[in-house]
Amino acid sequence: MTDFDPQIVAFCCTHCAYNAADLAGSLRLQYPTSIKIVQLLCSGRVDILHILRSFEDGADGVLVAG
Amino acid sequence: MTDGAQADTLKLVDRSDDRAPVGAVMVVGGGIAGMQASLDLADQGFRVYLVESKSAIGGHMAQLDKTFPTNDCAMCTISPKLVETGRHLNIDILVDTEVVKVDGTPGNFNVTVKRKPRYIDLEKCVGCGDCADVCPVILPDPFNEGLSSRRAAHKLYPQAVPNAFTIEKLGVSPCRDACPAGQRAQGYIALIHEGRYDDALRVIKEDNPFPGICGRICNHRCEDACNRGLIDEPINIRALKRFVTDKVYSAERQPVEPAEITQDKRIAIIGAGPCGLTAAQDLIRLGYPVTIFEALPVAGGMLRVGVPEYRLPTEIIEREVADILDLGVDLRLNTVVEDLDELFDQGFDAVLIAVGAHEGIRLPIPGADLDGVLINTRFLRDVRLDRYEPDENGQVTNPDGSPFGERVLVLGGGNVAIDCARTAARLGAEVHLACLEPRDAMPCHGWEADAAEQEGVTIHADRTFLRVVDDGRGQALGVECSSVAHFEFDHEGRLAVETVPGSEHLIEVDTIIFSVGQRAGLAFIPDDAGVGITHQRTIAINPNTMAATRPGVFAAGDSVSGTAFVIEAVASGHQAAESIQRYLEGDKLEADARPELPVVKFSRAELQARVARGELALKNRVPMPELPIEGRIDSFAEVERGYTDELAQEEAERCLACALCSECLSCVYICGRDAIDHDMVERTEQVNVGAVVLAPGYQIYRAELSQEYGLGRYPNVVTALQLERLLSASGPTQGHVNRPSDDQPARKIAFLQCVGSRDQSHDYCSAVCCMYAAKEAVMIREHDPQAQVHVFMMDMRAFSKGYEGYYQRARDQYEIEYTRCRISSLKEDPETGDLIVRYARDLGIEGAVMEEQAFDLVVLSVGMEISDSVKGLGQSLGIELDEYGFCHTPIFDPLQTSQPGIYAVGPFREPKDIPETVVDASGAAADVAGLLAPARFSLTRTAEYPPERDIAEEEPRVGVFVCHCGSNIGGFLEVPEVAEYAGNLPGVIHAEDNLYTCSQDSIAHITEQVEALGLNRVVVASCSPITHAPLFQDSIRAAGLNPAMFEMANIRNQCSWVHSNDRAAATGKAKELIRMAAARANTLLPIHTTTVPIYNDALIVGGGVAGMTAALSLAQGGYVVHLVEREATLGGNLRHLRYSSNDIDPAAFLEQLVTSVEEEPLIHIHTQTQVAKTSGFMGRFISTLQNGGGPFEVKHGATILATGGTEYRGNEYSYGSNPRVVTGLEFENVLAAIEHNTRESDARTQSLLDLLGDQAPDEIAMVLCVGPAESFCSRICCTTALKNALAIKRIKPEARVTILFKDIRTYGFKERLYTQAREAGVIFLRYDEDNRPEVDASGDQLMIRARVINLDRQMTLTPDLLVLSNPVMPPDGAREMATQFKVPIDKDGFLLEAHVKLRPVDFPSDGIFMAGMAHYPKLLDESIVQAKAAAARAARVLSKKQLTAGGIVAQVDPSLCVGCLTCVRVCPFDVPLIVADQDGVGGIHGAAFIEPTVCQGCGNCVAECPAKAIHLAHYEDEQILVKVDALLLGA
Repeated sequence: MTDFDPQIVAFCCTHCAYNAADLAGSLRLQYPTSIKIVQLLCSGRVDILHILRSFEDGADGVLVAG
Repeated sequence: MTDGAQADTLKLVDRSDDRAPVGAVMVVGGGIAGMQASLDLADQGFRVYLVESKSAIGGHMAQLDKTFPTNDCAMCTISPKLVETGRHLNIDILVDTEVVKVDGTPGNFNVTVKRKPRYIDLEKCVGCGDCADVCPVILPDPFNEGLSSRRAAHKLYPQAVPNAFTIEKLGVSPCRDACPAGQRAQGYIALIHEGRYDDALRVIKEDNPFPGICGRICNHRCEDACNRGLIDEPINIRALKRFVTDKVYSAERQPVEPAEITQDKRIAIIGAGPCGLTAAQDLIRLGYPVTIFEALPVAGGMLRVGVPEYRLPTEIIEREVADILDLGVDLRLNTVVEDLDELFDQGFDAVLIAVGAHEGIRLPIPGADLDGVLINTRFLRDVRLDRYEPDENGQVTNPDGSPFGERVLVLGGGNVAIDCARTAARLGAEVHLACLEPRDAMPCHGWEADAAEQEGVTIHADRTFLRVVDDGRGQALGVECSSVAHFEFDHEGRLAVETVPGSEHLIEVDTIIFSVGQRAGLAFIPDDAGVGITHQRTIAINPNTMAATRPGVFAAGDSVSGTAFVIEAVASGHQAAESIQRYLEGDKLEADARPELPVVKFSRAELQARVARGELALKNRVPMPELPIEGRIDSFAEVERGYTDELAQEEAERCLACALCSECLSCVYICGRDAIDHDMVERTEQVNVGAVVLAPGYQIYRAELSQEYGLGRYPNVVTALQLERLLSASGPTQGHVNRPSDDQPARKIAFLQCVGSRDQSHDYCSAVCCMYAAKEAVMIREHDPQAQVHVFMMDMRAFSKGYEGYYQRARDQYEIEYTRCRISSLKEDPETGDLIVRYARDLGIEGAVMEEQAFDLVVLSVGMEISDSVKGLGQSLGIELDEYGFCHTPIFDPLQTSQPGIYAVGPFREPKDIPETVVDASGAAADVAGLLAPARFSLTRTAEYPPERDIAEEEPRVGVFVCHCGSNIGGFLEVPEVAEYAGNLPGVIHAEDNLYTCSQDSIAHITEQVEALGLNRVVVASCSPITHAPLFQDSIRAAGLNPAMFEMANIRNQCSWVHSNDRAAATGKAKELIRMAAARANTLLPIHTTTVPIYNDALIVGGGVAGMTAALSLAQGGYVVHLVEREATLGGNLRHLRYSSNDIDPAAFLEQLVTSVEEEPLIHIHTQTQVAKTSGFMGRFISTLQNGGGPFEVKHGATILATGGTEYRGNEYSYGSNPRVVTGLEFENVLAAIEHNTRESDARTQSLLDLLGDQAPDEIAMVLCVGPAESFCSRICCTTALKNALAIKRIKPEARVTILFKDIRTYGFKERLYTQAREAGVIFLRYDEDNRPEVDASGDQLMIRARVINLDRQMTLTPDLLVLSNPVMPPDGAREMATQFKVPIDKDGFLLEAHVKLRPVDFPSDGIFMAGMAHYPKLLDESIVQAKAAAARAARVLSKKQLTAGGIVAQVDPSLCVGCLTCVRVCPFDVPLIVADQDGVGGIHGAAFIEPTVCQGCGNCVAECPAKAIHLAHYEDEQILVKVDALLLGA
């Protein structure tokens, strides 16, 4: 195991991916704390600039889920 | 009414009654149909009561994994509906409720409903789940179809609406019922099983302050009542109780907090035995000062001085007594109450006499008072008070100094006699015991007598005692006895003994102990004290109140009952305490009777059935370990040694949890909202409504009843619904299809179709099983490509839109193997758990062979049934149901039950899938809206808010509210630390933590804080905004803030729950999530909406049945309708139909329908008219209509497209080239002309009549699936062909009718036509698609050659007519019309709905709807229902006065727009337009415009616009990126 703790920004659609993350919570599914969700009405709102800014700020990964 | 009785009249709403109807509707059933009907009604201005018998709405659809044919996640599609229904201001959800009866008339019904107790207050519960976490009762989870477990306190499923828990309780378990003190044995047993011993002790002490004592000496009637005793052995409850005390008492006793004295009235209790102590505990806890007077030097009464040490160690008694005394009870030992009156003189307000029965009885026989004769109670007491301690020589003497005997005889056979005998044995004597009763009928417990014998006591049974023999010196030397032949007690309790003559004999002993009974010592009660005494020397009381004859004096325990068991003393102590409290408070003494829960008694047969089903394993009780016999009589050491943890848990596991909830009260103690109420009772209420919609749904066939399938016997046989749960990512296996027997992946899976459909006991097709099996098979393969799936079926009924293609993909692409047969047997291999399926494999033309295959898992595709409770509902409402319980409705009024004003929808009418159920629901909403139109908006509610505060000039002032959510967040991260951190974030001026932020008081508190602190933005860090944001937004609106000034941080679902094993990391992430939310809060801006007035008229395109029905439905609702038909007459395809499937004349119906439309003043009929142009958006359309008189404009708020379909005409099978080849419609017309002998038909019919010589043909062949229908299923052809086949068989029974088919797709009750056709002699020949029939029309005779699969041969037919079941196709111009209205069509040219499952009559663009065959081929009744549904959806728009525009919508800045069309192309809703009246970059005319009333706010255009000319309110780039920056760059 390395100490690498990647910071991941997840842009999530309210109607599906955000809901799925809620359900993952209800089911107590465990995942790393380094994933943080930014809620959008629709993943179609994600602009390439949002992804680039995340990397610029130091994110190790970006997840767009919708 | 049945079809025939009602169908030939078209029922319109009677508007002659001017009494205003009630503007409320009851919808029964909270599944997808109930929700849809509720939403469509509430949105039209009616108040809806949605009744659901379960604890949450959602129905079966919530249980499904995916839905066919789109493979959408069922929960993802249903959950927005759940939330919308749950939050709708005009929908009252009544869960746990059943309809009892309906009285009244259409428009004004009184519905009686039964509200079942939930035991959790819905108003208070916030859904935190703490109750379920502590509930010890484990039950199978019905939501997961029994594949996993849940607790008695539970939520139906994670997304349940209402988001609240419920407790499942059947009644009172028999163990509790049998216990005089009502001990919750089931509860503490469940807690022992969980290893929660302190909680178990707490549960015992709820009802009994003496757990350790009762765990040893109680007579445990609970065990006699235990249901488990019916099949093996009762639970060893006493041993388990004792075990709990052993565990807890192994630690040092912690002093109990003294009770707070809040009352001034004083209570005296005489006697510190179990009864007096129990009453003292109860009364001091109520705040009363209590004094106990005890004559003995020790407390504990008979427990302490009557029960030998080896049965009940002193330390246990002292510990449990101390727990009571610690409360602050004033105990006065060695204090004999001489006179009752003195106590009142001393100022006591009430006195409880609980003196027990300590006076032993000496039998009135000669010699009874000789030396050496002892009395049981005194003997036991003296031993217990150490007065029989051996002297220095080891000699045991009586307290008076005389030596204790060497040979002792105990007279009596009760438990006390045994105690005396075993005690004497321990003092070193040779002990005998003589009793009246036979050895096997002694009054003591059998095991007590056994133990005594094992310890050397000689028992002389069947003896009566004549005298004690004197040795001449006043010392007893034995007892003269007779043997008893027979004895009995007369009705007054007097003994009559018949002795054996000449049996007198002497039992020689030196000490005799009488143990023949005890009674109370009541000498302290003077004769004039006013306290009555009975003949039996007990105190006379009212047994309901324990009140003696003198006011203020109460008596309980042995002093009123005679000797009894300790648990009875406890029970009567509780009862006395309750009465004393009532007396002191001045209440009437007798409490009102509480409604009693039923006792849950099982029958032996029920339990044996559970054993047979494998739900329950037989297992004998775990015996209590005991001291070996050898060591026992050497000491007074306890004989029973108690359970170990392992033994206790093993025994506890045997409990059947009979009552489900055991009332252990764990939930009550944990609930931070005080929401649990175990005393809730069932209530009956009345609801006044104008109409009732029944949407009770179906139940799956209980396949256990078909034993040949092995469900319940073989663990690896599951139902399709169980498989849905296995496939579901939120199911018991997280989506892995594992075998229930060994949890290993199932790699070879068989589906058995038609289980509970199309068989002897079900004459119908369940309509959904073929497709759900295909979907489940595909999902299995998607999940595990190595899995093999084999489906055994009769026909593939893929009859609806997209279904045939789905089936073909399943078969060809996913390689699902389909075999057409019913299996011949199914057996389990007991070694492996595999299932051996035997079946006939079809080799096509080569015949069939029997084969066997082993499968890992067998799935039963169970059909739909109507449950007994729904049948009962139908009966109590007086609705006619068929023999299966389905509610048949008339073909021309398909939603109307036999009771006017009561409508039926969904599978309750006929088995059907989700889209058709949704269509039914909307259709019923239209019927109801027509009936209740005058009362629209009469009972609706609207939300009121104060005027909005202008914060434009204010700096951000953010308030953060961090929620503990009970222990859901607070248990896993440091909430106060997180709140403190939040308080220091930029812009945050206030942060606090709350136990439950969503509770009503906290919501009000947020409003107050916004006002008090001048907050202008609020962040709530709690759960999901999807469920909770609207609630909090309401709270800030109530304080005058714009609801957009709100942000949530989801620190529960995204943090505490998913990082529950790392407190520090979870705390850190919660801070980050709040930092992100607070940063965004700083950037939020108010969002404002405007309103746009709407046009309230409707435009309907198409004057067939669908268009006319929709028009009538809207007109009945009071809306003006423009009905456009391009032909000269109304009627559409119905004009060509001559027969219906149930002998009803379509022409008569059509005539009636056209007349109704023509007579309806609100309908403007425009025949020979077309729509030339249409523009606008929902609520504001403008269309130009063109007819002979020139163009004219119509303004309308909604549009319904009902342009119908047309019969396909192609050249397949020599159609067009051979006159004997006809289409189905042509055949129907010629047949009708022959039957009715009419010649006034069209030219085609005329020529056919000429060909046939006006005679019905002798031989007819029909071919199904013609032309385009080879790739899509036209749905109605099978039913139509059978209808026509039956028609010709009726006209000419000897005619030979042969149907060549691939599948017969008679879904639902259409299956009955198939049965009738076979019975009528119609011949069915199956061909396969690779070998379609060939027509040879070269000679005079028409010859058809076909390879017939089901007869394994090549056949040649020579019919007079070949009837082609040509499919229904979109009409000419359908594609152009779709372009004109900017609506999508599918690949076959039919209109494409917004969502196949849940929006079946909507288009993606709002305000336009579809109905009838323009959507897809459908039968007449289906078109009628869909037309009503479209009318209801349109009425949702038309019923509004204005539309809301704006909100979270995209807005174009035209000055940046280059008109590149990117937005126009990417918008999924076709909203952006390039409009001429906007100027773009450089002042060029034409820029994009996004209509705010129809924009959905998805932001696709914003992200794609290359010029960054489009903004999305609330999701500006800055408002998104600020979260990224806050996360990664810090605050």
